[in-house]
Amino acid sequence: MDRIPILKVGDCLLVTIQVDMHDELAMSLQADLTAQIAKYASRGVLIDISSLEIVDSFIGRMLANIAAMSRVLDAQTVLTGMQPAVAITLVELGMALPGIKTALNVERGMELLKAYLSQDLEPEETDGSEE
Amino acid sequence: MALKSELFNITTSADVVKVRQVTRQWATELKFSLVDQTKLVTATSELARNTLEHGGGGSMLAEIVEEGARRGIKLVFDDKGPGIPNLELALRDGYTTGGGMGLGLSGSKRLVNDFQIKSEPGRGTTVTIIRWK
Repeated sequence: MDRIPILKVGDCLLVTIQVDMHDELAMSLQADLTAQIAKYASRGVLIDISSLEIVDSFIGRMLANIAAMSRVLDAQTVLTGMQPAVAITLVELGMALPGIKTALNVERGMELLKAYLSQDLEPEETDGSEE
Repeated sequence: MALKSELFNITTSADVVKVRQVTRQWATELKFSLVDQTKLVTATSELARNTLEHGGGGSMLAEIVEEGARRGIKLVFDDKGPGIPNLELALRDGYTTGGGMGLGLSGSKRLVNDFQIKSEPGRGTTVTIIRWK
C-alpha cells in the first residue's frame, strides 16, 4: 500500500500531502505520524496541504486527531497552505478546525514552530542531553 | 432534460476518490467557479462515503441538467443498505452513528443548491443533490 512520506527535520516532522487521499491512506498517515513523533521525540509537526483540493469531514477529523494526538505526545502541530476555496468550504461544512494552529505557507509555519519551541524551552533548559 | 449522464459504482474507497475526480472534471467542464467546484466535490465526497460506509456500497448517477438558461450538475447517490430510521435526526449537525463528526449529511446539504433524501428502513437510501452554475 502507498504511504505519505514523513520527513524528519531537526526536532520537527514535515509532511506534504500531495495526493488525493483515500480514507485508508489518511488513517495510515495518522498512525505513521504518531509512531514517528514517539520514535524521534519530535517537538513539532508541520503538515502542508497546499496541494489538497478538498478537505472533507473525514480528512478534517484526521487532521484534528493528528493535532490532538501530537499534543498528548508533547508535540505542536501546524497546518499550512490551505487553499482559500478549501477554507470557505470547510467552514460552511461546519468544521472550523478549532485547536489546530495554521499558517499561510510552509515558511511561516516553520517560524511559528520555531517560536513555539524556543519559547517552550526557556523555562527549563535542564534538558542538556546533547546529541 | 439531462444533457449527459453516467453511472458509477461505489464499492471501495478508491471509488470514492474516483467519483470525486469525475465530479471535479464535470464541474470544470461547466466552468463552475473554484469555490463552487470545491463545494460540490466536498459534498460528493461526504455522500459517496455515506453510500460506502453506511449503505454498504451503491452507486452514483451523475447528470448535467438544464433548466431554462441555467445548467447544473445533478448527483444521485443510491444504496440498498439498512436505511435511516430517523431522517430528521440524521440531518442534524453533530448527530452521528458512525463515530464521525456528524457533519456528512447536514454539511453537504449546506454545500449544494438542492438536496433531497429518501430513505426506507431495510430498503436503502437515495440522496439527490444539484449544484447550479
